Amino acid sequence: MEKKTLTDPIGDGKPFISVERLTKTFGKVVAVDDIAFDVHQGELFGFLGPNGAGKTTTINMLIGLARPDSGTIHIAGSECTRNPKAAQQLIGVVPDESNLYPELSGFDNLCFCASLYGILKSERQHRASELIKTFGLEEAASRKFGTYSKGMKRKLTIAAGIIHRPPILFLDEPTTGIDVASARQIRQLIDDLHHAGTTIFLTTHYIEEAERLCERIAFIVNGKIIAIDSVHNLLQPIQDKKVMIISVSNSAKELHQKLAVKFPHLTFQALSDTQIRVESDQAISVGSLLRFIEDHGAEVTEARRIRPSLEEVFVRLTGIELNIMKKEKEKDKGRNSL
Amino acid sequence: MKRWIAYWNIMLKDMRTYYLKPPNISWGLIFPVAWTGMFFVKSGRGLESILSLLPGVMAISILFGTTSMLSVTVTFEKKNRSFERLLLAPIPLELLMLAKTSGAILFGTINAFVPVFIGLFLADLSQVQWLTVIPAVVMIAIASTFLGLFIAVSVSEVFEAQTFSNFFRFPMIFLCGLFFPVVSLPVFLKPISFMLPLTYGVDILHGAVQGDNMLPLWVDFLLITLYCVVLFFISLRNIYRKWII
Ligand SMILES: Nc1ncnc2c1ncn2[C@@H]1O[C@H](COP(=O)(O)OP(=O)(O)OP(=O)(O)O)[C@@H](O)[C@H]1O
Ligand SMILES: [Mg+2]
Repeated sequence: MEKKTLTDPIGDGKPFISVERLTKTFGKVVAVDDIAFDVHQGELFGFLGPNGAGKTTTINMLIGLARPDSGTIHIAGSECTRNPKAAQQLIGVVPDESNLYPELSGFDNLCFCASLYGILKSERQHRASELIKTFGLEEAASRKFGTYSKGMKRKLTIAAGIIHRPPILFLDEPTTGIDVASARQIRQLIDDLHHAGTTIFLTTHYIEEAERLCERIAFIVNGKIIAIDSVHNLLQPIQDKKVMIISVSNSAKELHQKLAVKFPHLTFQALSDTQIRVESDQAISVGSLLRFIEDHGAEVTEARRIRPSLEEVFVRLTGIELNIMKKEKEKDKGRNSL
Repeated sequence: MKRWIAYWNIMLKDMRTYYLKPPNISWGLIFPVAWTGMFFVKSGRGLESILSLLPGVMAISILFGTTSMLSVTVTFEKKNRSFERLLLAPIPLELLMLAKTSGAILFGTINAFVPVFIGLFLADLSQVQWLTVIPAVVMIAIASTFLGLFIAVSVSEVFEAQTFSNFFRFPMIFLCGLFFPVVSLPVFLKPISFMLPLTYGVDILHGAVQGDNMLPLWVDFLLITLYCVVLFFISLRNIYRKWII
């Protein structure tokens, strides 16, 4: 597959992570299918795709836990396909599942992880206390990791991933399965790390998260990268679209057909029996629409403009309905719409 | 330098979390005492039989103190994925596996001296050649630890590791000349006996304690070292092949 990198946001020319023609199969399953991408220094790069798309497999190959069938990986100039140890001093990894030691305390876990990178004792302890404070885990610091709640575990796992201040960080679905407040806190931390200059490779199946955090995004489905670009450029084709959602008291399904006849330059879609979606390339004159609806015996309860979002781009490019992403359903293997 | 900080802390963590736990320590004490008692009673002789029992009891203490440890430090950690953290650390796999095994080696070595300590009060150990005993104990500890490592990386469940290691350990008690000389074994069992690394380690101990070794000591040392090297590299290869998928 051709690289679709458009711009180099840092401008030094050399990508920090460079992947070419990477493929990995497990038996008959092609988990990662001939993908290529670059991540630049200081960039926050998102890997967005449904369950089973190949996100974790890609990360595992990048960090040296899985061996590619073919293709090359360069991280910070080192060839990592044959020598996965080459870049390990530079990378931090936050896996999808917490993998710290359940029988050690939170604090000891952090100190131990720091020692793996050759950090001296006094600095280990200083850094561990600092991170415990950053993540608001002071109360639990001396408790065994095994007794932590899911959100606390995730936070400590992130802390363990950055304890040696790695210039490159891999985050595998950092906000999956935790509550809204913790997820928000984690997103803020990711944003802070990004602004402090860390190069971040983030996988997620939350489109809003990718849109909010990432500078560039790759859509991955069935092991293939379907699109890869900056959020701005991905949004471009639908940028000029005007979209409205009109909520009505009833019979949206009948109304939308009548509307289509009356306003042929607009596109209507009944989302449910009470919601109509209106799309247009030009400005939508709301007044006439609302009057028409009210004249046909329905009451308008709400009308709002919606910003064109990455969700739409994703649906257009992949043909995957959003509820599939949101409900974390197993992907339909046979479907490969692009 | 950085690598050695990692090495030291991996070993220290295993010692603190696994080895120096009361069950392990009492196991390390009770087991040798029980075996000594059993064979002592069975021999029906007086305290003079202590010397002929000592090599076997030391070997058992090492064998049981080391092999099962690896099912925790390696198989269990692989299972709960914390081993991935170690694989991601910027240290060579060889050094990592040495760090994961040196705690067990040390523990096994210390275990071997529990029966020696008891023996000091019961028998005259003045003729024992300690300068041969110590390296022999270390080599037996290394060989049994690497045997445990080999088992630990060949299975995926902790219970499998434990079952599998018993499959090796119990026959070894009878086949490796711990209490019955290898020469007195039935002919068809002898080849098996010579295929097991412990046979050579125990032979050195018999030589050092009572001077009744069957092979020259240098041959014993050479063969047991060879076993250690082979077991270690087969284990590393298995990790490369099976764990880095
Ligand atoms: N060790 C393995 N053995 C066999 N198949 C595997 C293995 N690991 C992954 N796969 C398969 O490879 C495909 C990609 O899996 P992967 O875990 O990379 O997806 P993912 O995008 O991370 O999904 P999720 O969002 O669920 O974490 C899936 O079909 C999965 O079943
Ligand atoms: Mg995954």
